[in-house]
Amino acid sequence: MTGLIIVLCVLMIGVIIVQVGRVSELAGRIRGNEEIQRDNNNMNGIISLVFMVVFLISTIVSAWYYKNSMLGYGPHESASLHGSTLDYIFNVTLFFTAIVFFITHIALFWFAYKYRGQKGRKAIFLSHDNRLELIWTIIPAVVMTFLVVGGLDAWNEVMADVGEGEEHIEIEATGMQFAWMMRYPGEDGLLGRKDYTLINSTNPLGMDWTDTKNHDDWVSTAAGEILKLPVGKKVRVRITSRDVLHNFDLPHFRVKMDAVPGLPTYFVFTPSMTTEEYRQNLGALKKNGEPKYPEWWEPSDPDEPDGPKRWEAFMFELACAELCGNGHYSMRRVVDIVSQEEFDMWAAGLQGYYDTTIKGTEEDPFNTSGGLSGLN
Amino acid sequence: MAEIAIKHKDDVLIEELGYDDHFHDHHHGDKYQSNFITHYIFSQDHKVIGKQFLITGIFWGIIGAAMSVIFRLQLGFPEDSIAWLQPFLGKWITINSEGIGSLNADFYYALVTMHGTILVFFVLTAGLSGTFSNILIPLQCGARDMASPLLNMFSYWFFFLAGAVMFASLFLSTGPFSGGWTAYPPLSILPQASSGSGAGMTLWALSLVFFVVSVLLGGINYITTVLNLRTKGMGMWRLPLTIWAFFITAIIALLSFPVLVSAFLLTICDRELGTSFFLSDIYIAGEALERVGGSPILFQHLFWFLGHPEVYIIILPAMGIVSEVLSVHSRKPIFGYKAMVFSILAIAFLSFIVWAHHMFMSGVNPFISNFFVVFTLIIAVPSAVKVFNWITTLYGGNIRFNSASLFGIGFVSMFISGGLTGIFLGNSAIDIQMHDTYFVVAHFHIVMGIAAFFGMFAGIYHWFPKMYGRFMNETLGKLHFWGTLVSAYAIFWPMHYMGIAGVPRRYYSFETFDAFSHFDDLNKFITIFAILSFALQLLFVVNFFYSIWKGKKMTTRNPWGANTLEWTTPINTGHGNWPGKIPTVQRWAYDYGKDGIEFTTQITPLREGEEEVH
Repeated sequence: MTGLIIVLCVLMIGVIIVQVGRVSELAGRIRGNEEIQRDNNNMNGIISLVFMVVFLISTIVSAWYYKNSMLGYGPHESASLHGSTLDYIFNVTLFFTAIVFFITHIALFWFAYKYRGQKGRKAIFLSHDNRLELIWTIIPAVVMTFLVVGGLDAWNEVMADVGEGEEHIEIEATGMQFAWMMRYPGEDGLLGRKDYTLINSTNPLGMDWTDTKNHDDWVSTAAGEILKLPVGKKVRVRITSRDVLHNFDLPHFRVKMDAVPGLPTYFVFTPSMTTEEYRQNLGALKKNGEPKYPEWWEPSDPDEPDGPKRWEAFMFELACAELCGNGHYSMRRVVDIVSQEEFDMWAAGLQGYYDTTIKGTEEDPFNTSGGLSGLN
Repeated sequence: MAEIAIKHKDDVLIEELGYDDHFHDHHHGDKYQSNFITHYIFSQDHKVIGKQFLITGIFWGIIGAAMSVIFRLQLGFPEDSIAWLQPFLGKWITINSEGIGSLNADFYYALVTMHGTILVFFVLTAGLSGTFSNILIPLQCGARDMASPLLNMFSYWFFFLAGAVMFASLFLSTGPFSGGWTAYPPLSILPQASSGSGAGMTLWALSLVFFVVSVLLGGINYITTVLNLRTKGMGMWRLPLTIWAFFITAIIALLSFPVLVSAFLLTICDRELGTSFFLSDIYIAGEALERVGGSPILFQHLFWFLGHPEVYIIILPAMGIVSEVLSVHSRKPIFGYKAMVFSILAIAFLSFIVWAHHMFMSGVNPFISNFFVVFTLIIAVPSAVKVFNWITTLYGGNIRFNSASLFGIGFVSMFISGGLTGIFLGNSAIDIQMHDTYFVVAHFHIVMGIAAFFGMFAGIYHWFPKMYGRFMNETLGKLHFWGTLVSAYAIFWPMHYMGIAGVPRRYYSFETFDAFSHFDDLNKFITIFAILSFALQLLFVVNFFYSIWKGKKMTTRNPWGANTLEWTTPINTGHGNWPGKIPTVQRWAYDYGKDGIEFTTQITPLREGEEEVH
């Protein structure tokens, strides 16, 4: 019933608006079109001006309002070394584009208001002005050059692969519908060979067990398992997919790269703060002892008002940023950045997937009792 | 009385200076339009075909926009039941144990995909460029019709066929295609990966192949007509900017759309014939596919080789229309005519060498991206020139505010706002963070969605009298403009903030991630304005159809006091456009306010001692 009333109300409003339109047209016939047009010019000129003021103010106010939610501002500084460079370039670009945005919008709507059609006014004849046009070709060109050079400089540095012999950890992320499977290299620091034709229910990544480098590799397929990485150490993520395109997205670290079946990609980054340090930022207090970011002091679970606050429960998240099917929005994993000591302890406790699941079974090519079935 | 004098003057000028092509000797009363079917359905008259494109475009516009409202309801109000949509959507609404109906995720992705495909191709390509190229090219060039009216008619009917196939795909039991309008493989090739990639994808690809045929038939006609059928005196440097824009658009379309077909052809081979152009190393649905050696990235190259020019195919006609509309209603020549033409040419050329800026994070060699960044950001220069020229066109004018000029001004605002965010995204370093987030959604909706729509609306309000001999209602038009301007910014501006916060696009739900789930209020806000905006577009549709039959009648030939040739035709323009001779052109199209005379039509010879300037 309420639905019906809403529909009727909307229809009524529509009919009223249409009737107002008709009436104004009839009024135009009585008052003469020129006079009506002049009224129109005045009214719309003024609306243009009002719109400009309100619009420009709301852009500033809304940006200020959402400042602390956006990455790169407020408590959300980048959690990786390269991220702060990218944030800086973003802000430089924002600075220049904001100047252009305000100048052009003020000119556009101010001219619209100022030169609104009026009785007795004559438009000037101004077909071109080479000097002026040269100026506004050169200025954008110079600014763009500046932005391009800065951007490309950062880009080539960020996207560079690890140098030979450079100290780093290599881990592997494999996308599937709809989860991220992770692989850590184990004690030898090397990821073993894999082949998609070897994939089956016990070997989700298609690891080749004849390659002994695989034997100490830790495989994590359960979405609930936390992935730890040490702070300040270069991480090279080998990114692969076993079905469709995915994208390895770590928003807090400014990391994003497609996972492509048949074509391994990579992203190299260095975490610059631990999860704990990031939490301290979120839960920081002002000098007077009040929370700097009150929204982070709300309980993380609304049903448990006395439970941990949002800042205490904060975790870095791994997402998918390339449409991969109907579960695209749900490929969540949790990443925890810890100190090198804590990481070493954690890593020492990880067991190779081979040892826990494969060794001694039919799949094991080194299984002396079961014959050489795995090799065939 | 003055009206009779003006009419008289145009006809006298045409009679005196016009070119006699013996039109009447060949077309006795124009037999081509003798019955209903050949006039309204299988018409070869470019003006009727233009209207067919427009009305079909409006039909698709309503469907595409309604789809966005439905998925916005899901995003803005995920907790509220939309069970009331069940009569329309049937099994695509899932009702949980508590009786809350929500959109099925598969269908959510199908709606997103269809919304994109429909708006990009059917509305903003066919509905915008198809409509105005058809109506304006022969009229503004001074031609009787297109170079090939028959191919032109086929162009519309292939578009219709494409639409029919796409429409049918909406009713498949497995759902329409749901892999995004970009149709990236392997998702689009493997039915195991997504239910929409079965019959839905087959029909989607088929429909778009028909669509490309339509674009090519139309495009070849537009180019030929502009090159060969301009009337005497209409040199290229005297063409209105609308025609320049349509002409260059058609060339871009002709060079880029075939590449899209090649991508689809290879996709169809992969789907039906077991080839592996785009597939390699895939394990899906418990099976390792015996398809190796292909590359999904190859498809992206082929797709974006069309896909990027496509955004210029959409925006250039809008730019041309806005240049004309702003000049006419400011009563001033367009500022920097030649710079405007050269910037169109520069943008068109650059549009072919920037495609991989959609692929910075797709796994292509990062070194290659350097070139694409440079070329992409160079586009900012001609774009900036255009913006400054539009603004200067308003400077010193005597602006007549009506729905057409308002939408022209709105276009410039949108183009600035959306263009500036392109500078962020075109810079690969910033794109690392912004790629595939709501920042991108905001950017392209503003710069090529809303802006192109504003250009289209400016054109519709401006040339409606030429199309139907009546005016659209101005009060409703202005309400439509101000309402749409506000709600469009209210929808898309906040999406920048979500994007900067890292929220990825194409998410059915934001609840899974702590990082993305705190924008509930913003999402509600956006949805409310999306509904408002949709209602305002319905108001436009009502105004449009009401005015066709009941609008204020046009009593003068040239109601806007414009210079271009279409306003020298009779109020009810027949097939052949001019009843007698074809007018010849004596000057460029922008003599507004020259020597103190408000406007001087293109058919008026230079006054004694007058020099042609531009």
